[in-house]
Amino acid sequence: MAELIRAKEPFRFSTRLHLSELTGMRAATLGQLLELIKVVPGASIYHHTHRFLQQHQYLSPEPPNDFAFWVGGILGENELAERLASIDTIQYSSIRELREKIVATIEEYLEGNAMAKLKFSRSEEEFHFIKSVSFILPTNYQAYDLKEFAEVLKKITIDSIYFHVFESRLRLEKKTNDFSYWVETSLGDGKLANEIAKLDPYTYTLENLRKTLIRIIEKRI
Amino acid sequence: MIQIDEYTPIVGQSVIDDLKLLAEKLKGRTVQHINSTSVGGGVAEILNRMVPLLRELGVDTKWDLIKGGEQFFEVTKKFHNVLHGRKEEVSQRDFDIFMETSSKNIEEINTYGDIVFVHDPQPIALVKKRGNNKWIWRCHIDVSNPHQKVWDFLKDFIIQYDSAVFSAPGFSQKLPIRQFLISPSIDPLSDKNKDLPQETIDAVLNKYGIVPDKPIITQISRFDRLKDPLGVIEAYRQVKRYIDCQLILAGGAASDDPEGIQVLEEVMARAKGDPDAHILLLPQNDIEVNALQRASTVILQKSLKEGFGLTVAEALWKAKPVVASHVGGIPLQVKHKYSGLLCRSVEGAAFAIKQLLNSPEYSRRLGENGKEHIRNNFLLTRHLRDYMLLFLSLYHPEDVVNL
Repeated sequence: MAELIRAKEPFRFSTRLHLSELTGMRAATLGQLLELIKVVPGASIYHHTHRFLQQHQYLSPEPPNDFAFWVGGILGENELAERLASIDTIQYSSIRELREKIVATIEEYLEGNAMAKLKFSRSEEEFHFIKSVSFILPTNYQAYDLKEFAEVLKKITIDSIYFHVFESRLRLEKKTNDFSYWVETSLGDGKLANEIAKLDPYTYTLENLRKTLIRIIEKRI
Repeated sequence: MIQIDEYTPIVGQSVIDDLKLLAEKLKGRTVQHINSTSVGGGVAEILNRMVPLLRELGVDTKWDLIKGGEQFFEVTKKFHNVLHGRKEEVSQRDFDIFMETSSKNIEEINTYGDIVFVHDPQPIALVKKRGNNKWIWRCHIDVSNPHQKVWDFLKDFIIQYDSAVFSAPGFSQKLPIRQFLISPSIDPLSDKNKDLPQETIDAVLNKYGIVPDKPIITQISRFDRLKDPLGVIEAYRQVKRYIDCQLILAGGAASDDPEGIQVLEEVMARAKGDPDAHILLLPQNDIEVNALQRASTVILQKSLKEGFGLTVAEALWKAKPVVASHVGGIPLQVKHKYSGLLCRSVEGAAFAIKQLLNSPEYSRRLGENGKEHIRNNFLLTRHLRDYMLLFLSLYHPEDVVNL
């Protein structure tokens, strides 16, 4: 067995906890939803495309985003719901781009389905825009090599995995996930970094994502 | 007293570790809760559990009460009712009584906390004496369609707080201050939710003459029209035409609530002559409620209006398939076809119950999903975490906070 490369700087695991802030904005029609999606804070777009993943982490794969869930479940526009649910979030490297894609998807649908604009939800079923306030905290866990890294991955909260895989990439616009970045720059293992970066985390439950990451890393040890 | 580490086997070590990390960030700050009663009611129940746990975590937490006479509490009860949409006359005299008592409390209560955490409308006026400290108003009631005059009166105080907290998105109002969404929670170690030995469950069934070998449909709620008990009986009847089953409709009725007693009589009359319909007027007995929920095949919550509906969380925590109305905080707990079934009518409820009784495998999956959903989102540990984040948010206005 080859000796493990030991990094000069360890990977320091952080965790991210979120608090939901109400914006007071609500939509009862597809038209209102569209207009509000254009103007709500980025933290709200982030919330509605990622909350489901965290709150329903046992559901798998591909949990729908809140927009898709509401458009399908409440307005009964199943085709649009499917299009929204299948937006390939991993392709977008910023909330701005993701927002533009959602807007374009709804606008395109409305062009061919003008009647969809006339549907109203009941008042208790309106879409409420909420935003995620994220708190990032360093944990006491760190790793200098892949063995330690895999061990920590087994112990940390899924919030921590979530933070390093989803939030740092999309919301903090770091281009790649934190794990791949450290494996490449500190351990010089481009192949493994690439393998991790290639995962589409949106198609796993968070627990399955944890297991998959551990499996990929342990294979390299 | 329950210690924080006793929750580790239920939620995992890392969740408890996170709570400890957060508590460290609050070192040196005193959090002062203020409400109107230390016993009875949901707010007192949750504070009785939370305050000791926050202290154990190292957050300096105090709990103070306001004082008020009978007249004051009659007025605040009236406020509570009309905020929930009940039709009652609110006069200028009511507002005067409220302000007289509030003025005395403002004089007498020392609001020494770095963070003053005020619960519900009764102590709301204390904010008039705010200094440089931070103030939070926690609204535990459904104010989605409030009485406008009372709401406007309260709003003058609310806007003087730093932040307000609501239990469901639909309860929020247009306000110039920050508003947060924090759901209530259940305590998995309480008598109502802890694991029970099979003998205890069997003994409770035996006591009430319920047989274990016939499907049981249960609704736990007080006898109140808003819980639609007659609708529950109707849904059960529609199911019973096709599937031989039993109904348990169990709950309390406050002795000072004449309407509750009337509702109970109507329910009894409607169920009369059916030996499989068990209408149980339970005194406050959490173990029995727990046992009845655990013995059930399907749990129903067919409310017409709900504050949050924590009985749904209790049922899901026991991995039971649930059929519940799409009202109040219930849709936050039940995602249709993922963690239970939502309904909007008696017929819809009956249809969903039949589906579940005829598909045990589907029911089992919904129940298991539901339990995990509660574990991740509606246990006391999540509530503690949210409150600590809320305290920290008072010092961090940004959307991404590096602690």
